[in-house]
Amino acid sequence: MLELLDAIPYDQILIQTLNGIVTGMILALIASGLTLIFGIMDVVNFAHGELFMLGAYIGVVVLATSGSFWLALLIATLVVALLGAALQITTLRPLLGRDPLTTILATFGISLVLQNYALWQFGPVARKIQEPFTGHFTLFYLEYPFYRLLIAALSAAIIGGFWLFLKHGTFGIWIRATTQDRVMAQAMGIPVPWVHTAVFAIGAGMAAASGVLFGPLVGVNHAMGLDWILKAFIVVVVGGMGSLGGSIAASIFISLLEAYASIWVSPAQAVIVSFVVLILTLLFRPTGLFVPTPK
Amino acid sequence: MMKRPATVYWIGFCAIEALLIVAPLVLPEFWRRFLTEILIWGLLAMSSDILIGYTGMVSFGHSAFFGLGMYGAAAALLMVRPPNLWLAIAYGLIGSAGVALFVAYFSTRLRDIYFAITTLIFSQIFYVIIFTWTEVTGGENGLSFRRPALSIPWLFSTPFTSETLHWFVLAVVTASYLVLRRITRSPFGMVLQSIRENEPRTRAIGYAVERYKIVAVMLSGLFAGLAGVLYAVQNRFAAPDFVYFLVSGETVIFNVIGGIGTLVGPIVGAAFFLLLREAFSRFFTEYYLIPVGIIFIAMVIFMPQGLLGFMRRWLNR
Repeated sequence: MLELLDAIPYDQILIQTLNGIVTGMILALIASGLTLIFGIMDVVNFAHGELFMLGAYIGVVVLATSGSFWLALLIATLVVALLGAALQITTLRPLLGRDPLTTILATFGISLVLQNYALWQFGPVARKIQEPFTGHFTLFYLEYPFYRLLIAALSAAIIGGFWLFLKHGTFGIWIRATTQDRVMAQAMGIPVPWVHTAVFAIGAGMAAASGVLFGPLVGVNHAMGLDWILKAFIVVVVGGMGSLGGSIAASIFISLLEAYASIWVSPAQAVIVSFVVLILTLLFRPTGLFVPTPK
Repeated sequence: MMKRPATVYWIGFCAIEALLIVAPLVLPEFWRRFLTEILIWGLLAMSSDILIGYTGMVSFGHSAFFGLGMYGAAAALLMVRPPNLWLAIAYGLIGSAGVALFVAYFSTRLRDIYFAITTLIFSQIFYVIIFTWTEVTGGENGLSFRRPALSIPWLFSTPFTSETLHWFVLAVVTASYLVLRRITRSPFGMVLQSIRENEPRTRAIGYAVERYKIVAVMLSGLFAGLAGVLYAVQNRFAAPDFVYFLVSGETVIFNVIGGIGTLVGPIVGAAFFLLLREAFSRFFTEYYLIPVGIIFIAMVIFMPQGLLGFMRRWLNR
């Protein structure tokens, strides 16, 4: 028994806990945009991963010209939010009121176009975003970069700020009213089509922000959105479709599990853990792990 | 009055069939191959039409069935000497049926968007397994093998030429089409369509909706696997790229472009898509998906019944 306890790599577990929380926060930022868009508009945004990827690329470009990481973060968020608004007006607004499945098809088309546009514009070679600061602290034998902790804190701040906005801002109240009853909200004089556009823009901006924040940890390339959109889908199903808190909890839960799994198996195989979580969720609690039991 | 549409239908069917039989004799090698490929992708698209068009479940996981058909065929062709065509088909069908049972069991618990997302994730599970299990599947490089001979046991055996391959594929696709057409018009097919129209009511009438859905997914998976086997035989390799979800996405595109719920539509859609790709890749090289994607989005918005539905409406006007 003692030998078994000794065999547990405590140091690695602590490191992976940190890593898991960092990727979990990034994932939460992506997934909350996805959940928001789904919850309010009944749109499954297949192009969300591509908005994330475009955000990272715009970050690369702005960083190269201005040299400021924070400016890059701001501009990428704004540009992608505007792009999101334009996409929503041109492709999703005509589909309002049709079968939600058609929105999957339309956004899938958008994702193909954006992904190939990025490949065409930026080429297949991965780009790198320089971290805004390179401080380290020592964690056992590792030099752990402060920047990673900052990512987690910033993501949490963005999500928290957004939550406050939903809770207290006039526009936030409009959004919540539209979620609850679209027709009634319209009747009360809320400009529902513009609420949809704004929500899509906000979701797109959040995806772009997470793209820039995450850029320094991995290379930026045209296919990076695919992995994340799949993970975000898993998270959204496991957390309970349309539940903001649920998907944040599920993001951290799944990222932690994957981080622990990659102590023993390769990261490519660690993905299977999240698949297993998904299957178990579907089997035993198809409404989602982190939402109250529906009555 | 009732008889006329059926006669027109069968005359049209025979005419197109005759055209497709004669085509390889007059077409140059490149287009002959192209036509065969259209038929194979058309079969894949047609198999998913059972779910999309008739049962109202959009599957984003058909690449798993297609890919397992390919790898099943690869297993038969690599392990059994001499390579046998029918064994390849049998292995491919067993492989895709196994996957289809697994996917069907879990994903039919969910509806609409949730179904689409879970099938997508399931196909990705098989992609990761195939991609990382290098010893068995060849990993990223996939498997390559020799093409089996066209044979009927104890009668004859002759190597495939591109003409006989085309005819063989045509025969399989035609047979599949007729079987699927029969199924969609059977009482079983009617139940599927009533699930599409109103699931709670179908359940209230007393049909075991879940069981019907599972059978529908399995049926669809089997035909997708058959398409996979044909593709493996045509191209003599199996690669993880074909299990990747972009193939599933293309399958859905074929359906939407051609017109869902028509069986023929998806084949038309596949032909249209592949022709578009061919045309655009002359100008845009590998970025052909930019214009094709824009056309696809436009069709989703403005032409939701697809090419076939649009043509039918235009003819009736």
